[in-house]
Amino acid sequence: MAATPGAEFNREETTMSETIKTDVLIIGAGPCGLFAVFELGLLDMRVHLVDILDKLGGQCAELYPEKPIYDIPAIPLVTGQGLTDALLEQIKPFNPTFHLNEMVETIEKIGDPLFRVTTDAGKTFECKVVVISAGGGSFQPKRPPVPGIEAYEGSSVFYAVRKMEQFRDKDLLIVGGGDSALDWTLNLHPIARRVTLLHRRDDFRAAPHSVDQMRALVSSGQMDLRIGQVTGLEGVDGQLSGALVKGSDNQSYKIECNTLLPFFGLTMKLGPVANWGVKLENNLVPVETASFETDVPGIFAIGDINTYPGKLKLILSGFHEGALMAQKAHRYVYPDKRLVFQYTTSSSSLQKKLGVS
Amino acid sequence: MAKINFVDHSGETRTIDAEPGSTVMEAAIRNSIPGIEAECGGACACATCHVYVDEAWRDKVGAPTPMEEDMLDFGYDVRPNSRLSCQIKVSDALDGLVVMTPERQA
Repeated sequence: MAATPGAEFNREETTMSETIKTDVLIIGAGPCGLFAVFELGLLDMRVHLVDILDKLGGQCAELYPEKPIYDIPAIPLVTGQGLTDALLEQIKPFNPTFHLNEMVETIEKIGDPLFRVTTDAGKTFECKVVVISAGGGSFQPKRPPVPGIEAYEGSSVFYAVRKMEQFRDKDLLIVGGGDSALDWTLNLHPIARRVTLLHRRDDFRAAPHSVDQMRALVSSGQMDLRIGQVTGLEGVDGQLSGALVKGSDNQSYKIECNTLLPFFGLTMKLGPVANWGVKLENNLVPVETASFETDVPGIFAIGDINTYPGKLKLILSGFHEGALMAQKAHRYVYPDKRLVFQYTTSSSSLQKKLGVS
Repeated sequence: MAKINFVDHSGETRTIDAEPGSTVMEAAIRNSIPGIEAECGGACACATCHVYVDEAWRDKVGAPTPMEEDMLDFGYDVRPNSRLSCQIKVSDALDGLVVMTPERQA
């Protein structure tokens, strides 16, 4: 197995009750968020990053890790994962701390500027500057467009498993053919009353050894595998009683179940950005173009999530935005320090920070 | 230029000119064809440019690659003639192509 990108960086995975204090909190560890660590680091600002994904690189890592990108200046061709790995290498001297699998829920202004930021994992940060580099929003599980599914969400339909115990003695219908569907099939089948796995074809994207384990359970009669696609749900008051399914031969049939776990990949949603107190315009964050600050002093927005006259959603634009953001952020973090502009090529103090002098 | 016909869920047909070498998805987005979302921008990383290829055109358009099949798992009401339009390259041979857009994209 290849080394996990960023494995050598700090990761905070446990829930902490005490407040984490940092100069800057970056929301979103895509290419723009990662490069912002570099620009902030050159100006002596310490950074924590929060990302909802379980990996670094944002869309580059989630949507197109192997696809070529041709418009990064001076790099004629790089893949999404290649770009992510190179950025991680570049920011290593600044030793940022990553908080993965976490979503920022609230941002509260408690000083001038000072912010208290909380995540859905129960962490609290206190920082002088917040940088929103959230791209297209947060990646969240996709809701399959089954008519009426909303009525069952949270009571009988779940897009993620938080506590396995919740599914004890349930009649579970798990839908999908990837690793999430297969992993939860294998993990939940010992505690559920019965597990049925439904997939549109008898061919799975999931890791072959999970597929083999699933097939062994099916042949020993311990679970069911059905082929087809959900077309409708039956139940009363949010309590599911069955799913209507269209089989590969176009015949419809019903699968009795009281709990449905659909795994249809991830989609980008604006998510909680709308609750953070910054002005929004068509689901984007308006900024001024000298420092990419939002209408709230101390909160900046860079990359695909922001908007201004002439905005282009390009990675290279996000890099530029991060550099200018850092200049203004410095004033909030070090109000008494004068900022002298320097080049990495010639400045011995910058080279010291980069660990190359 | 190749003519591509998009038939929407209600049966209305929209005909556009597509440049050979582009994809059916790109031609649809350029011409604001409703029913094609293309959330990932053509990286074969979602299933929101899902179309049904008219039976008469299935042989010429061909079958999805294994990677595209994997992505079709995320589609809604996937059928044997389902394709992701970002993976269909427009060519002179496809002049007159007919595709149906689904009732909803996943």
